Amino acid sequence: MGRITLDKVRKAFGDVEVIPPLDLRIEDGEFVVFVGPSGCGKSTLLRLIAGLEDVTSGEIRIDGTDATHLSPAKRGLAMVFQSYALYPHMTVRKNIAFPLKMAGMDQAEIDRRVDGAAKVLNLSSYIDRRPGQLSGGQRQRVAIGRAIVREPSAFLFDEPLSNLDAALRVGMRLEISELHKRLATTMIYVTHDQVEAMTMADKIVVLRAGHIEQVGSPLELYRTPRNTFVAGFIGSPKMNLIEGAEAEKHGAHTIGVRPEHFQISTEGGTWTGTIGVSEHLGSDTFFHVTVPGFAEPLTIRAGGEVDLHYGDTIHLTPDASQIHRFDAKGLRLP
Amino acid sequence: MATQHSRSAARAMMAPAVFLLLVWMLVPLILTLWFSTLDYRPLRGTFDCCEGLGNYVRFVSSSAFWDSILTTLQLLGGVLLITVVGGIGLAILLDQPIWGQGIVRILVIAPFFVMPTVSALVWKNMFMNPVNGLFAHAFKAVGLEPVDWLSQFPLFSIILIVSWQWLPFATLILLTAIQSLDSEQFEAAEMDGAGPFARFGYITLPHLARSITVVVLIQTIFLLSIFAEIFVTTGGAFGTRTLTYLVYQRVIESQNVGLGSAGGIIAVILANIVAAILMRVVGKNLDA
Amino acid sequence: MARAVTTQRKIVFTALAWGIGLMIFFPILWTILTSFKTEATAIADPPVFFNFDWTLENYQVVQERSDYMRYLWNSVALALGSTFLGILIAVPAAWSMAFVPTRRTKNVLLWMLSTKMLPAVGVLYPIRLILIQLGLLDSKIALIFILMLINLPIIIWMLYTYFREIPGEILEAARMDGATLKDEILYVLTPMAIPGIASTVLLNIILAWNEAFWTLTLTTVNAAPLTAFIASYSSPEGLFYAKLSAASTMAIAPILIMGWFSQKQLVRGLTFGAVK
Ligand SMILES: Nc1ncnc2c1ncn2[C@@H]1O[C@H](COP(=O)(O)OP(=O)(O)OP(=O)(O)O)[C@@H](O)[C@H]1O
Ligand SMILES: [Mg+2]
Repeated sequence: MGRITLDKVRKAFGDVEVIPPLDLRIEDGEFVVFVGPSGCGKSTLLRLIAGLEDVTSGEIRIDGTDATHLSPAKRGLAMVFQSYALYPHMTVRKNIAFPLKMAGMDQAEIDRRVDGAAKVLNLSSYIDRRPGQLSGGQRQRVAIGRAIVREPSAFLFDEPLSNLDAALRVGMRLEISELHKRLATTMIYVTHDQVEAMTMADKIVVLRAGHIEQVGSPLELYRTPRNTFVAGFIGSPKMNLIEGAEAEKHGAHTIGVRPEHFQISTEGGTWTGTIGVSEHLGSDTFFHVTVPGFAEPLTIRAGGEVDLHYGDTIHLTPDASQIHRFDAKGLRLP
Repeated sequence: MATQHSRSAARAMMAPAVFLLLVWMLVPLILTLWFSTLDYRPLRGTFDCCEGLGNYVRFVSSSAFWDSILTTLQLLGGVLLITVVGGIGLAILLDQPIWGQGIVRILVIAPFFVMPTVSALVWKNMFMNPVNGLFAHAFKAVGLEPVDWLSQFPLFSIILIVSWQWLPFATLILLTAIQSLDSEQFEAAEMDGAGPFARFGYITLPHLARSITVVVLIQTIFLLSIFAEIFVTTGGAFGTRTLTYLVYQRVIESQNVGLGSAGGIIAVILANIVAAILMRVVGKNLDA
Repeated sequence: MARAVTTQRKIVFTALAWGIGLMIFFPILWTILTSFKTEATAIADPPVFFNFDWTLENYQVVQERSDYMRYLWNSVALALGSTFLGILIAVPAAWSMAFVPTRRTKNVLLWMLSTKMLPAVGVLYPIRLILIQLGLLDSKIALIFILMLINLPIIIWMLYTYFREIPGEILEAARMDGATLKDEILYVLTPMAIPGIASTVLLNIILAWNEAFWTLTLTTVNAAPLTAFIASYSSPEGLFYAKLSAASTMAIAPILIMGWFSQKQLVRGLTFGAVK
């Protein structure tokens, strides 16, 4: 079981309030991702849940019982750190067995569980090595192994993939998702990589300066961002936000159009601009288009093999049903 | 990483160390403070109260006091200068590719393991003795008049002995620091056209700043309380009486506990001033 | 610098380093050599270096005059006892400073170091009185405590700088894994810090072994270590160079040998946080 409830949880370091009072419900078995820019308090929030930091006020409940003042060991949660935090002086086997040893489990059961975890994570052939003799991806797996053998009620991940190279990151992302499907245990996952957030999450929590900006499924956030911050943060490349006269035409202070929601043409359209840098990815091409009167160039997604070049004139038509409208405070207009 | 749990655990685990050091500092200090206001001369059986500040006035107004301060500073300055400069030189030398580096390092650090009484005795008798010492032999061999080191150049001789003992320590710390210097920095500087001296001044020396601070701090701590070397060699004669040694003479040799205690308190105050200055300077450098 | 070093340059530096190294080592070498000479050869002019009749006589005389083994045992007991006790107290303190730092941490550390600057002579008399009152003058227990106290600030500092390089996340991971504070220190921190602890232990043994103020002023017979043994040769009647050399060699040999064998471990941790 792993239902975690935060009730008016607040955290201040000295006089600096890092997390203003915040409410959040995480259901059993959910894969929840915290995203937000650097320094917004994602790690702090995770560490509050883990019990590695005290809340300044408020209450944390795990499966209905008050865990606010429980020590980390007693909360029944497991954590995977960004630096993996493996014990360098222990072999892989000892690392994975450590939490079980601390729990006073008997050796036969420890061996059974460690071997099980090693098999699941493809670690069997490295089981007697030390962390220093492993690659980044293998270390990551050991850290996960150490977390799963305890059969915790929830897993906490703090940017677990940020030290891996791009290819490995994609692989591990899939492995963690698969693990979640198989174990069906609550997972809370911190990242500032919004691709990870979109692909892995059941529920995304977007944070800014300790505030929850929006909570919802990846598609909800993509389709109906509650404000310009979420709109700009979810989706890659970023949504184009346009202010001024064009926005007023739609009765809004700001309008937003995602790069994928434009029709492009060489003959005519709503807006006309000049192509600046273009990025050819093979499957897609992204054009940065300067439109007179707009503060910033627009980013436009086009098909893979479009024959347009630097300096060419281009006509753009936003998909009318995909125009997001925001008021002067940045809030979504219905 | 600080929760209420870990903070109170931390306080509990600091407590023994802090408590012991506090007792170790305060109890003798308070007793000494008390003695310093007495006319306390155990040999004569005097133990009279209420000297007030008399002992302090007497201690400070004697010329021996000011001489001893000067001597202490000269000793400290001399040894620090020799060990830091020598240590940098040796560290750079030992960092070069040479044959038998390990053995040379063993030779160089050996004096650090020699107890001060032994090194003082050996230097005094077997090297600096004006008749049978090796230096005397050497001087005679080249036709010079042998020198009685410890009476003609007493302070210099002691500085020499103490520097010999502490040079290895300085060398070791500085060598570790030099070895941690990133060679890319050097290569970059070389690409920028810096010659060997410029590279030393702009890269090596700044890199060593923290280590030099550490060397100065630790050596000052030990040098302020230097005792055996003086006790064995000159017994405080010929202007080698440091403040520490002066207090020792008053308390132990002339058994004037009151006067000596006043001296002790003054030494404590001065040591604290030095400590405060040093900490001010060093504290910054020791910041993470 | 990864670059071919000219042989010529290497020869010059090797000669220079060996020259200076031998010069620094020479007083020790000379003492050891002299300890095997007769008193007459010991003061011969010109000095004799290797071609003399080697004799063990001085060692016999020194052993007859004073019971070396008792002093040696006392030195060992004092050095090891005070180091062990010091580590026991310093590890928790250094853990606190390194992993739960507060605004005061640095000041506490500096205060601790400043207690080492207090001139011992200033407080010698009261300490003696207290020990006499307690009947602990000339006792090993009292000296072990005092040596531990005078070196404690250095031990804490060294361990602190060492612990600080250990990522706090690893200790947090242990905490998440259900380790108590004791487990955390015993099974995670200490094994990871072994090189630093080894270096600290070695330095402390050396300092305690060579401490020559308290050991001389607070002992007479029973607890007297090698510093007192050698001090008895500083009186004029002991001024026979060969015997002095033999006694000196006996006093420094154990620690010199230990130091040489463990110099790698000693040096590794001897940075006081000055190397990043
Ligand atoms: N122990 C601390 N003392 C004081 N301030 C802290 C402490 N830990 C974190 N902070 C502050 O709290 C804020 C949130 O930090 P946190 O580490 O939670 O950010 P984050 O969202 O995880 O960022 P990142 O993506 O860079 O990891 C930051 O402004 C940070 O400076
Ligand atoms: Mg973070």
